[in-house]
Amino acid sequence: MEKILSTLVITRLRDMIKQIRSAKTMADERAVIAKESAFIRTSFKSENVETRYINVQKLLYIYMLGYPAHFGQMECLKLVASPKFMDKRLGYLGIMLLLDENQELLTLVTNSLKNDMNNGNIQIVGLALCTLGNISSPEMARDLSGEVEKLISSGNSFVRKKAALCAIRLIHKVPDLLENYQSKAIGLLQDKHHGVLLTGVTLLTEMCKIDANVAEELRKTSVPVLVRHLKNLTTPGFSPEHDVSGITDPFLQVKILRLLRLLGTGSTFASDAMNDILAQVATNTDGTKNVGNAILYETVLTIMDIESENSLRVLAINILGRFLSNKDNNIRYVALTTLTKTSQTTLNADSSALQRHRATILDCLKDADVSIRHRALDLSFFLINSQNIRILTRELLSFLEVAESDIKSSVASRIVDFAGRFRPNKRWELDTTIRVMRAAGANVDASTINHCVKLVTTSPKDLQLYAVRKFFNLIRLEGDQALAQEGLVVVTVWCIGEFGDALVRGGDSGTGGDEEDSVGQTDYMIAPTERQVIDILESILRGPFASIVVKEYIVTALAKLTGRFLEAPVLDSIRAMLAKYQTHMDVEIQARAVEFTAITKLDSETRAALLESMPVLESALKEEERKGTGQPALMSAITSPSRANQNGKVNTGNILDFSDDVPVNVPSTVTSNPAAGNDLLDLVFGGAPTTAPTSSGFGAGFGSAAPVKSDNIMDLLGGLSMGSAPAPSIAPMGGLSSLQAPLFASQPQQPSKPAGNATVDLLGDLFGSGPSASPAPTSFFPTSTAAAPPAFGMGINTASNDLFGSLLSSNPTPTSSPMSIIPPSQPKSYPCYEKNGLRISLTPERVDGGLAVSVNAKFENTGMSGPITGVVFQVAVPKTLKLTMQPPSSTTVLAGGFATQAMRIDNPSKTSIKLRIKLGYSAPGFMGSAPQLVEEIVDFGGFEASLWA
Amino acid sequence: MAIRFILLVSRQGKVRLAKWFTADYTTKEKQKAVKDVTQAVLARRPKMCNILEFKDYKLVYRRYASLFFIAATDQDDNELITLEIIHRYVELLDKWFLNVSELDIIFNFQQAYTILDELMISGEMQESSKRSVVNSLKRMEETEKTEIAGNLL
Repeated sequence: MEKILSTLVITRLRDMIKQIRSAKTMADERAVIAKESAFIRTSFKSENVETRYINVQKLLYIYMLGYPAHFGQMECLKLVASPKFMDKRLGYLGIMLLLDENQELLTLVTNSLKNDMNNGNIQIVGLALCTLGNISSPEMARDLSGEVEKLISSGNSFVRKKAALCAIRLIHKVPDLLENYQSKAIGLLQDKHHGVLLTGVTLLTEMCKIDANVAEELRKTSVPVLVRHLKNLTTPGFSPEHDVSGITDPFLQVKILRLLRLLGTGSTFASDAMNDILAQVATNTDGTKNVGNAILYETVLTIMDIESENSLRVLAINILGRFLSNKDNNIRYVALTTLTKTSQTTLNADSSALQRHRATILDCLKDADVSIRHRALDLSFFLINSQNIRILTRELLSFLEVAESDIKSSVASRIVDFAGRFRPNKRWELDTTIRVMRAAGANVDASTINHCVKLVTTSPKDLQLYAVRKFFNLIRLEGDQALAQEGLVVVTVWCIGEFGDALVRGGDSGTGGDEEDSVGQTDYMIAPTERQVIDILESILRGPFASIVVKEYIVTALAKLTGRFLEAPVLDSIRAMLAKYQTHMDVEIQARAVEFTAITKLDSETRAALLESMPVLESALKEEERKGTGQPALMSAITSPSRANQNGKVNTGNILDFSDDVPVNVPSTVTSNPAAGNDLLDLVFGGAPTTAPTSSGFGAGFGSAAPVKSDNIMDLLGGLSMGSAPAPSIAPMGGLSSLQAPLFASQPQQPSKPAGNATVDLLGDLFGSGPSASPAPTSFFPTSTAAAPPAFGMGINTASNDLFGSLLSSNPTPTSSPMSIIPPSQPKSYPCYEKNGLRISLTPERVDGGLAVSVNAKFENTGMSGPITGVVFQVAVPKTLKLTMQPPSSTTVLAGGFATQAMRIDNPSKTSIKLRIKLGYSAPGFMGSAPQLVEEIVDFGGFEASLWA
Repeated sequence: MAIRFILLVSRQGKVRLAKWFTADYTTKEKQKAVKDVTQAVLARRPKMCNILEFKDYKLVYRRYASLFFIAATDQDDNELITLEIIHRYVELLDKWFLNVSELDIIFNFQQAYTILDELMISGEMQESSKRSVVNSLKRMEETEKTEIAGNLL
């Protein structure tokens, strides 16, 4: 009977597999499996003991193909409870496959495991240990640790080795258990059996990682034992049973080397004891096969980490050099990884050991294999020094051109950073930066763009002229190819606006061509006519690449050009273009166009004062001083160890922005303190101290404000370092009011309006903190247009020659002007989320007579502990609505700062608007602990019906 | 240094064996990881190296006939010895099934799992002797045979 059944078992599993395999389409396969699953379920329900084994077998197969099999979990437990080995074996296999640590059912397994670990049959004990080792939860670890401790001293090596690995899992789950195993684990080092020795060394390695005391103890007692084992293993023919292509037990050798590494790190005593054997392994191991190289690789890592002798280090570097020229891609990959790792800690860029392999490393940059390319890229940056900067930058630029778009941004900012550190001259740095923008302008982040603009502004006149001409002609000559690089366009447009007069009338730039690229140089140095400049700007506006950001920049540039250009017909065209944008759909552009048009109507003297060129940022000048010295020019980079943070996707640019911007983004609640006032001053004067009226309080205030000034040069576009600073709204407060008096002499002083949301939005400078910043358009518009005319008047009355700056900065103080009007229908904002220091409010505005609503979401960081990063804000609406979302102004919200994201909801049927918001962000940890990833779904339906009714 | 999971995937992307040594994944995440890993590895060309940086871990893989053997390891693991571990597993399969083919693994997946269980626990290598692994497998099969025979009596 049983025999029939058992043959039945085999055939039936085989049959099912065959049936599944013969299915021609996925649909067929699903049908077969659905039928089988249904059958198995029914069979489980009927508690049929005879068929349980077969059914679980079949179910596991089905599970492997990716189909649900959770209903078999209970059956596996039943199999395990059976006295038969066969049943247990399948049962435990099923448990390991179907259950994971988090399932309740696991507690039910604990009892079976306990029984089986005490079973007389070592095979059953083995099954239980294997299962526990693979799936143990913390609870199980506590409950069963006693058993494992006993088994680790079992007389049977089969059990001992399994118990040792099982113990690793347990101490990882419950580190408190560690001390129970410590002496037993050390005892395993005396074991003759390779399996036990292997697992024992592994166990000790993990223990050392968890508890430094274990390493300390091992340093005293066990280094000689380990060295002896290693010595035996390197003796040829030591144990033929463990031989792998001529090398005895490479697995054990690697494990021992790894443990020695942990013991030798930071201990001269232990390192001395292993120097000889490491030298021996490094010289005697045969490097023609992968096995040998695996050991050599591990040896190199150990040598580099411990306090080894110099000769040994040279030996290690030489091995890596050999690896690097190896034909096997794996070996080359390993060499690149290790060189990068060791460069971070030990080598410096001038080290001849590394430079010797420069050609090879640069070759790897062009490898077809992405693994190799990325490793070579990281290493290339370690190669850079002032002697080879030109050659290496050329290679890196050609890499940048073909790089995957997701790494372009980080590569670009690293090239720009290093170009500054090691530049032979400023001219070269400028050329390099332009080439970076040209190759990756579409991918670069705000910091690279800022960097580029800073570079132009800090240049001497002739270089400025050169840069502006070059930028302009790049766009002119390369057309769409250049226009597709948004970063390049933005910088170009800014430069055209700022240096428009030089562009058309600057004479010959006289600085010669691009040193790296002599072809067609003269074409790039042509001085255009005013008409040509305007035509180019207009063609960009009409073209497919005119994003909102680009348009914003162009509108500002046009406004500036009214003060730089002289030909009357050209000025008329500019006015016509600005006029066109007074009715633009984007509220910010519209608002700006209105304001700028107003400027063009002012008398020429005032206008000229308003449109003065921007002063150079002090921080940019400071950075300039550090350039070319090999030191990181950026303050935040100095604090980072060596070049370590240049790796991978770490974006130094952003970090930099945080540190520099934080002081500016003072939360409105603390802006009444004097420091914030200083910031404000700084903002008002746009960093141009010469224009400031002298007052005793002011001098001191300015001095202390300078170091915290925003680094974000793009803010200068508006003459106002805004980012998200709410400061000016509380302008006439505290120590500042006295300073304001001379500045706004003609203005009656009135208490300022508290910095509510709307005012803060008002301040949100159109050209905020980067190319994608577009803070709060909706609420900005209604007030600013109303407030603009009085603000001009104010600007004229003040004697400041940075009127353009003060014009914009005075926008937020309409309340102090008798003529200002606050519109009665201030858009109301609705709070929709507040947790972990992130506050989200929605400001809807009725558009198209209620057929649509434009909503501005504002993410504020109300916490104090740091930036909220990776903000992802996704919205779903019911089918009757149509949603269009703009990209967020930033996915990072600094403490006290905010970011915005605009969206438009078309509501043709005028139904009530309901939103489901999916939110993801990483909140700063408390007191410097690790950031916390948050994902949440919020439903929001609180908008007033007046928005659509 | 430990292996997080091992996958055996056919050239067509069918999973032939999946072994998880970590409990960090739910069933759903496992399925997603299997899909992503399979896609990433199948897209690699033959000449490329056997190491692929993937999310926060590394994939070390090697193709044997129609099957890809993929091991996911920690970043700081020795990739070369991981390749040897994979190779050791293949050798064991070959020794056990005598000229192993994909079909052997499909129809005898239980045994393929047992071999892996005898080779490693919790992602760490347990036994470096081939003979020792095969012997313990033989003993298990014998035990099962005796049980079946015993039931017949």
